[in-house]
Amino acid sequence: MNAIDLIDAQSLRDDIPAFDAGDTLKVHVRVVEGNRERVQVFQGAVIRRQGSGLRETFTVRKVSFGVGVERTFPVHSPIVAKIEVVSRGDVRRAKLYYLRDRIGKAAKIKEKRD
Amino acid sequence: MTQVWDDANRVVPVTVLRVEPMRVVQVKTPEHDGYSALQVTFGEKDARKLNNPDRGHFEKAGVRAGAKVLELRLDDVSGFEVGQEISVDTLAAGELVDVTAVSKGKGFAGAMKRHNFAGQKASHGAHRIHRAPGSIGACATPARVFKGTRMAGRMGAEKVTTLNLKVVSTDAEKNLLLVKGAVPGPKGGFVVIRDAVKAATKGGA
Repeated sequence: MNAIDLIDAQSLRDDIPAFDAGDTLKVHVRVVEGNRERVQVFQGAVIRRQGSGLRETFTVRKVSFGVGVERTFPVHSPIVAKIEVVSRGDVRRAKLYYLRDRIGKAAKIKEKRD
Repeated sequence: MTQVWDDANRVVPVTVLRVEPMRVVQVKTPEHDGYSALQVTFGEKDARKLNNPDRGHFEKAGVRAGAKVLELRLDDVSGFEVGQEISVDTLAAGELVDVTAVSKGKGFAGAMKRHNFAGQKASHGAHRIHRAPGSIGACATPARVFKGTRMAGRMGAEKVTTLNLKVVSTDAEKNLLLVKGAVPGPKGGFVVIRDAVKAATKGGA
């Protein structure tokens, strides 16, 4: 095994569910306050998944009190306690940057029906 | 390069270096050789492919022949003896090291790439001179181009040392060393790791 793969194997997580751009996620984030640790939930739509391997990241967008908030997490980051997939989105692109220009009902993502 | 997470869950960019155990072939002392240094080897080399001088040298030392022989200048070699093995666990996490290697060759490169010149305008009448270096000197005085004027030429493939890289972790079992940041040279290149010479000015170990 290649030396870099050996190092990466220690950090790669296998408890991450499959998700893609357009899906709505609940990301449970570990927040450290002083010496206390608690879990905060960040819920929103995935607008991008970028990179590969250990360096892969995804961006979750939500609208909070009328203000758009985006957070980017490394997929394999230890600060992510858990990822829950709330719903699957039916979208035609991999990067949903157009959502930034839309407000309200126009920014809704259709749910995927199988 | 890859990345690892530290105790505070921050991403640390690291370079993974394979550090095979080195075997001391010869200890050079000021009395005998005029200076002090360790001659070491590492890895394996097919005994049939050794030339006679090397074979004799390794046999005299009683050390298995290695892929390369190199000399490490040290101020004090009193703690070392021929045949001794030096492995990656001599380094500990948090220490600062310097990494020396031959950088990647860039071939014949222009002044913008080689010397970070700004180049020239994209428009406003600029014609076929967008990446040209500009003036290289005055006219009748001095009537020549000064030596050392920075121009296009061969870039890279030279010995480069990156100073003060922090050791993130070591793995003596797999012979791996993780340092924070990039090191010179291509993937699979040969590097020399030393204690940081300027560590004191950086307030490190």
